[in-house]
Amino acid sequence: MNWWQRLLRRKKMEEQLEKELRFHLDQHANELIASGVSPAEARRRARLRLGGPEQVKEECRDARGTRWLEDLFQDLRYALRTLRQRPGFAAVSLLTLALGTGATTVMFTVVNSVLLKPLPYPEADRLVTLNEQTEKVTSRIWGNLWAFAYPNYLDCKRESRSLTLAAWRYNGSTVSVNRQAEYVDGIEASYDLFSVVGVSPFRGRSFLPEEDRAGGEPVIIISSGLWQRLFAGNPGAIGSSLAFGGKPYTVVGIMPAGFRINEDEYDVFTPLAQNTSPSMQKRDMHPGIQVFARLQPGVTLAQAQTELSLIGHHLAEQFPESNKDRSFLAQPLHADVRDVESTLWLLLGAVSLVLLIACVNVASLMLARAVSRERELAMRVALGASRGRLVRQCLTESAVLSLSGGALGVLLAANGIGPFLKFWPGSLPRADEVHLDWRVLLFAIAVSLLSGLLFGLAPALRAPDRELEPTLRTGARMVGGSSRRLHSVFVISEIALAVVLLVSAGMLGHTLLWLSSRNPGVNIHNVLISRMALSPATLANRGEIRAAWQDVLDRARGVPGVDSVATVDTVPMRDGNNRIGYWTSADVPPADKTPLALATSVTPDYLKVMEIPLLKGRFFDDHDRQGSELVVVIDDVLAQLAFGKEEPIGKRLWIPGRESPFSANSDSSDPVRVVGVVGHVRYWGLAIDDQAEVRAQFYYPFAQVPDLLLRRWSELMSIAVRTSIAPLSVVQPLRQELRGATGGAGGDQALYEVHTMEQLASDSLARQRFLLLLFGIFAALALVLACIGIYGVLAYLTGQRVPEIGIRMALGAKPNNVMWLVLRQSLGMIFIGVALGTAATLGAGRVLLKFVDGMQPTDLGTFAITIPLLVLAALFASFLPARRASHVDPVIALRQD
Amino acid sequence: MNPKSDLPQGTLDLLILKVVALGPVHGYAIAQRLEQVSQHVVQVPQGSLYPALHRLENRGLLSADWKETETGREAKFYRLTAKGRAQLETEAASWERLTDAVALILKLSEGGAE
Repeated sequence: MNWWQRLLRRKKMEEQLEKELRFHLDQHANELIASGVSPAEARRRARLRLGGPEQVKEECRDARGTRWLEDLFQDLRYALRTLRQRPGFAAVSLLTLALGTGATTVMFTVVNSVLLKPLPYPEADRLVTLNEQTEKVTSRIWGNLWAFAYPNYLDCKRESRSLTLAAWRYNGSTVSVNRQAEYVDGIEASYDLFSVVGVSPFRGRSFLPEEDRAGGEPVIIISSGLWQRLFAGNPGAIGSSLAFGGKPYTVVGIMPAGFRINEDEYDVFTPLAQNTSPSMQKRDMHPGIQVFARLQPGVTLAQAQTELSLIGHHLAEQFPESNKDRSFLAQPLHADVRDVESTLWLLLGAVSLVLLIACVNVASLMLARAVSRERELAMRVALGASRGRLVRQCLTESAVLSLSGGALGVLLAANGIGPFLKFWPGSLPRADEVHLDWRVLLFAIAVSLLSGLLFGLAPALRAPDRELEPTLRTGARMVGGSSRRLHSVFVISEIALAVVLLVSAGMLGHTLLWLSSRNPGVNIHNVLISRMALSPATLANRGEIRAAWQDVLDRARGVPGVDSVATVDTVPMRDGNNRIGYWTSADVPPADKTPLALATSVTPDYLKVMEIPLLKGRFFDDHDRQGSELVVVIDDVLAQLAFGKEEPIGKRLWIPGRESPFSANSDSSDPVRVVGVVGHVRYWGLAIDDQAEVRAQFYYPFAQVPDLLLRRWSELMSIAVRTSIAPLSVVQPLRQELRGATGGAGGDQALYEVHTMEQLASDSLARQRFLLLLFGIFAALALVLACIGIYGVLAYLTGQRVPEIGIRMALGAKPNNVMWLVLRQSLGMIFIGVALGTAATLGAGRVLLKFVDGMQPTDLGTFAITIPLLVLAALFASFLPARRASHVDPVIALRQD
Repeated sequence: MNPKSDLPQGTLDLLILKVVALGPVHGYAIAQRLEQVSQHVVQVPQGSLYPALHRLENRGLLSADWKETETGREAKFYRLTAKGRAQLETEAASWERLTDAVALILKLSEGGAE
């Protein structure tokens, strides 16, 4: 029989054991009777000889080897029974644990999905990303790493034996089908990009090698989202045609929903080599080509890197002009989650504090219960229970409690993740990959079991660790000094932890208030910002672009509710910027020595739209155009940096040729005249602008951008509109008017990424707001849990002191004296807890300062609000037991026990 | 004074195995046989007999089934398994080695005392 069979047949085995022993006794007794002993005496002797039947049975059960399981079942039943007896205790403990593990599980789920889980490609750990690497720092934004030159990619792909390479480059443009136009993000992909990452179209096919060639068949693969929007999910979309960037394509495939490259979803994919622009043919041009590669089976990253270096070396010898000191670097492909990483760890840290409080809370409740059960446990020891047996029983009880708490917590978490993601500022990378999986369940179980062990241990170790007799003899009224001290430690640590969370939340609130009150430098009210795509046909024809933009401005101005309108390339507090070097003489130093400024190209009404204050000189007008003197307007920061106390108006700045928006000639620098000074705009957002690396700003007229660069500038253009009515209400008429259906364009002009300036400003504080929200929730949770803890402990302690209080009152103490007696006890604990918590807060504050942009250091005001709040709540929690104590009837109290 | 000495530790199992090796037998008979064989010199604690039987059964050294005795009552009869027989042989051998060694030492010390 296996142990589990024995376990299942437990009842039958018990019967057999009983029968076997009875047979023995009867047999023995019969023999004695046969030899002349009286039946009663015979039975007595037989029993005496065998020993106590119950003890024999117990030993036989031990010998069976299933003892631990039977005990476990017994303990479980016992634990459930005791929990049912004290529903209040059970409910509070369960709720506490459920909240603690639930919140922790939500945070861990997100951390796991976003930071720890590999990318959603098959064998993602075999994927690498490749860059060109120069020996010296040559790019100010990317350091010494560059995107690939297309010929270099082709050579690497051909030469490499250890890697399968694939390339892609961003290519957004307008898609139109049946007079519906929409601006979409797209990718030009090498034919094997999909097979390298390991995801194929779920309908249709991927590109063929012969399509990834100049002059290849114009084929396009679309996202499942675009398929729904343009074709309503009709399978007949395969083989139908659509226009992208003004060119007709045939749809050959549809990617599965949620397919992403570098954390972004793209709507269209076209073959990379069909891009015939000159920059694709040159080895010294880097048109943003990203290279992914998959390691061949059995090849290590180091081996692949060695091979790439070798290829780089050969190419440098072969093409010294472009490839000297240039090699290739392979790095593991990771999700780009850097900007959310610190937020997530911060939140996980905060939530662990909540969990800690929850554990301490339940521990103190368990301890209180263990102390009041001391007599029961002592009784069990007296009846023969071993020390280990008692420890196991206590652990079983707390494990039952913690596991059910954990299960509840997982339930809470499963329902809490949705709202959490919805509140995440902007878009959380990989958000659609966030769900509970077995790792998270394991984590929740581990957390709850660990906490069970933590708080199960204290009472269990206490239990048999005393002399039995005095415990059995005293009533329940005695509280051991050690238990009282332990309780105080629990309460103190709970308060200290709550202080840390509360003050952190307070600091965040203070920071957010302070940041929101700052002046962004523009009037953010009633401003609409939208990117704008001209018709692809217009963009292809350089001569028409200026007129097309003028037409856009004129039409927009005619829309009811629009006050003024301007075009602008980069917008404050939105993604994207243009950093350009400047110098105050013609003798411009090398690239890494020139200071940088944020450059924005605008039309003359921009100042009016944004209501940026003009401090000196003038802004642009229609006379600043091609052929007239190049002019810029600088902000006061740049005026200070470049000219100090000198008068900036009329001075000149030189813009290094390779970065200059004023000419396509990269060899000489362009002098520009400063004609005005405007106020600084917090371009980087309210939180981080002060610490930003590049703060100086200048504006230049869009009209002075040379024809050669006009197309590139136009592809990135936005319009800024000041409205006299609610800005979002002009979106629809504006969209309608600007489609260009009635003008020369083919009805395929589109607005996209529409925001109000207020939204952008608010988004720039979204992270701080989100942190505040969650720290606020965690702090409130901590406060409630701490109060429950204080209440529980004090109620228990005063309960134990009832006889003492009775004596005091019999001797003449007033209810007020008694109340004070109890409150004094809790005040002591609160005071120490607050002191310790405040000390710990200084550390927590430093962490926040490091990881939260614009964080304000701890200030007295924050303490002045949060600490009294906590003290009041804690006093309220201790007030109830204190009042109950003061109502004790001395006569009843003295008779008790 | 009780002239009977206690059973040395661990020998109860060996004795049980030896008794059972003679043929299927129930618990009471084992107790009887042990007392007879040891001629009332060794005190067999009957209380530990059954736990020992159950332990041996649990380890697969004994097997048991319920059969009728000559008096018509059902009793649990123990039998030696193959594993039990092997165990009996090794234990008996090691017991003999042990007692020989002890006897040798005792003789030596007597010699020394003379």
